[in-house]
Amino acid sequence: MKLTGAQALIKSLELEGTEVVFGLPGGAILPVYDPLIDSSIRHILVRHEQGAGHMAEGYAHATGRPGVAMVTSGPAATNIVTPLCDAYMDSIPLVVITGQVPYSVIGTDAFQECDTVGITMPVTKHNWLITDPADIPEIVREAFHVATTGRPGPVLIDIPKDIAIDSMDWYWPESVDLPGYKPTNKVSTKLIKDAARLMGTAKKPVIYAGGGILKARAAEALRELAEMTGIPVVTTLMARGAFPDRHDLCLGMPGMHGNYTAITALQEADLLIALGSRFDDRVTGKVAAFAPNAKIIHVDIDPAEIGKVRRPDVPIVGDCRRVIEELVKAVRSDLEKRHWPDLIPWWSEIRTWQRDFPLYYEQEEDGPLKPQFVIEKLRDLSPDDTIVASGVGQHQMWASQHWKFDYPYTWVNSGGLGTMGFSVPAAIGAKVGRPERTVWSIDGDGCFQMTAQELVTASAEQIPIKVAILNNAYLGMVRQWQEMFYEERYSEVYLSPDLPDYVKWAEAMGCVAFRVDAPEDVAPTIEKANAITDRPVVIDFRTDFREKVFPMVPAGASNSDVLPGPTPNGAK
Amino acid sequence: MEQHHHILSVLVENKAGVLSRVAGLFTRRGYNIFSLAVSPTEDNRYSRMTVVVDGDSSPIEQVTKQLNKLIPVIEIRELAASDAVERELLLATVKAGPEERSHLIDLVSIFDGQVIDVGVASVTVMVAGTPDGLDAVSDLLAPYGISELQRTGRVALPRLIRGSRPLKAVKSSEQ
Repeated sequence: MKLTGAQALIKSLELEGTEVVFGLPGGAILPVYDPLIDSSIRHILVRHEQGAGHMAEGYAHATGRPGVAMVTSGPAATNIVTPLCDAYMDSIPLVVITGQVPYSVIGTDAFQECDTVGITMPVTKHNWLITDPADIPEIVREAFHVATTGRPGPVLIDIPKDIAIDSMDWYWPESVDLPGYKPTNKVSTKLIKDAARLMGTAKKPVIYAGGGILKARAAEALRELAEMTGIPVVTTLMARGAFPDRHDLCLGMPGMHGNYTAITALQEADLLIALGSRFDDRVTGKVAAFAPNAKIIHVDIDPAEIGKVRRPDVPIVGDCRRVIEELVKAVRSDLEKRHWPDLIPWWSEIRTWQRDFPLYYEQEEDGPLKPQFVIEKLRDLSPDDTIVASGVGQHQMWASQHWKFDYPYTWVNSGGLGTMGFSVPAAIGAKVGRPERTVWSIDGDGCFQMTAQELVTASAEQIPIKVAILNNAYLGMVRQWQEMFYEERYSEVYLSPDLPDYVKWAEAMGCVAFRVDAPEDVAPTIEKANAITDRPVVIDFRTDFREKVFPMVPAGASNSDVLPGPTPNGAK
Repeated sequence: MEQHHHILSVLVENKAGVLSRVAGLFTRRGYNIFSLAVSPTEDNRYSRMTVVVDGDSSPIEQVTKQLNKLIPVIEIRELAASDAVERELLLATVKAGPEERSHLIDLVSIFDGQVIDVGVASVTVMVAGTPDGLDAVSDLLAPYGISELQRTGRVALPRLIRGSRPLKAVKSSEQ
């Protein structure tokens, strides 16, 4: 059967199980958009290529399936570099297809030509320039395989226009053969035993759970391990929901804006069981002073993460779920043989920290609206399995702190790259992947202005997400640093509460929109928003610009020097 | 050889852009390449890169692990200097009028080198050898006045195992 390159590409995407492609056509990708008309694949027409990339990420976050985005060459390709880098940092499986100028004119600075493969090399797990239409099925299979196996990540396929037009003899490869790509799938029994033995001698152990738990779909296994051992669990920004926040063993989020107990428990621990986490600087603070007395068990599917920041005592390369399942078995048999140390003294220390340093803020009845109060109301008035997508900054930290994440895959955010503007498109992608769920974008006013135009996409494509703008009229996190570390010299951080007029803007984009200034209006407005299911909703919450995110570990400081912020009874 | 240099022998797929991927990785991670040589192997599907890395600036374990993550990288062998045979080629154009030529030819022949081009006032010589040997050659050529010098960067292969016991004797006598 003869197919054009374009037809082969679309057919290959279908065979890989692609349900939806986020994209925007243009000159070089035109031939590929033609067979899309006859395909079962849903296409979502975005308003900016960055939106396509973040939507694909949101889709992947929420479903675990690879997100697919397709854009044209040149500026479209460069516009999607940010989502690629974001996905690379957070290990999100993406397959991005870019058009390219005809192969025959590559290198001549043709119209809308750019070196897409060169530009995206450092921000993709791998990328391909197709030079022969006959390679298309093989490359698409390889691309999905690479994106979704091992440590997941983004990949990119660059297809020149003439390659998409030329014809090829259709085939579908049975398997993928990449001699240089063999993700580890063996787990060392000896190391598992070593790990179990170490766990069975620790007096102050903590499970330091990272995003790898979610990637490996290991939340249940993690819960079994924690419950069996009674070891407390912290969940990093990338792992929120991997272990239920309302679980008795959960200490919440560690790190620069983690809660006091999670930070301090890691710091005081004698054993860290790092599961799919990478000792990110936002978690460790000053590395040399991080968890100084702790032995380390480090489990990661990426061998390069082991020993990158901190040398572990027990290094285990492997898929988190398989490793944890093996650990559960080893722990069970170890528990039968030996008496494990009593963790009651450790827990009583932890409970003291929890009592003295809970997350804390005060909402005065007539006072300015506190962002934390808005988030708690959103949480309490929305279904338990609501998906929350955030941007980057203060609102992200408050959302992570105050939303009780009890289910995996309900928290969608940009962790490693810290991409402002992530929230709205990521929420759209998550809603496309999980249409039955309520999806709230919790966004800042600064972030919202970066990608809000995708609400046009949401309206046009009938993707009814909800957006809560925590509008404090500032680039709030930057303002917080200037207040705390630059002697209140505020440089270029003021935005304005009403320029733009968010309600009018949202309405112009086909959304229902509300504005809330007073605490008593928060709940009724959220209820109204939750009742709207046929179009996107935006609420402009005017929040207190003075509110800062606490606790806080200042940049470069040791986690032992965490600033707890206000406490209910003045503990210090 | 230099104290903290590590030789990595990297077998890669012989495809467009592989050198760029490897070089880009070094840049991105802040590793320093001391020398790099790339050539096809006996199997035309693969090329071999011999990368000499400065171990002070670049933690060799991380370099290896990150390189391994590149899809076209098939295999990496770290060759300790004592377990590898390594060679490099040097070309140098040296000022040498008719009187100095014979001295120069004598000097180069000590190192099994050759004169490969002769001009009115200079000659171009070629020497292959170990990196240390070539350092010595360039030091000895310097007094004549070197107008141009080019080295290829080293290529290396593991030493052959020639049996269990005698191997050590062979190795130590070679060093």
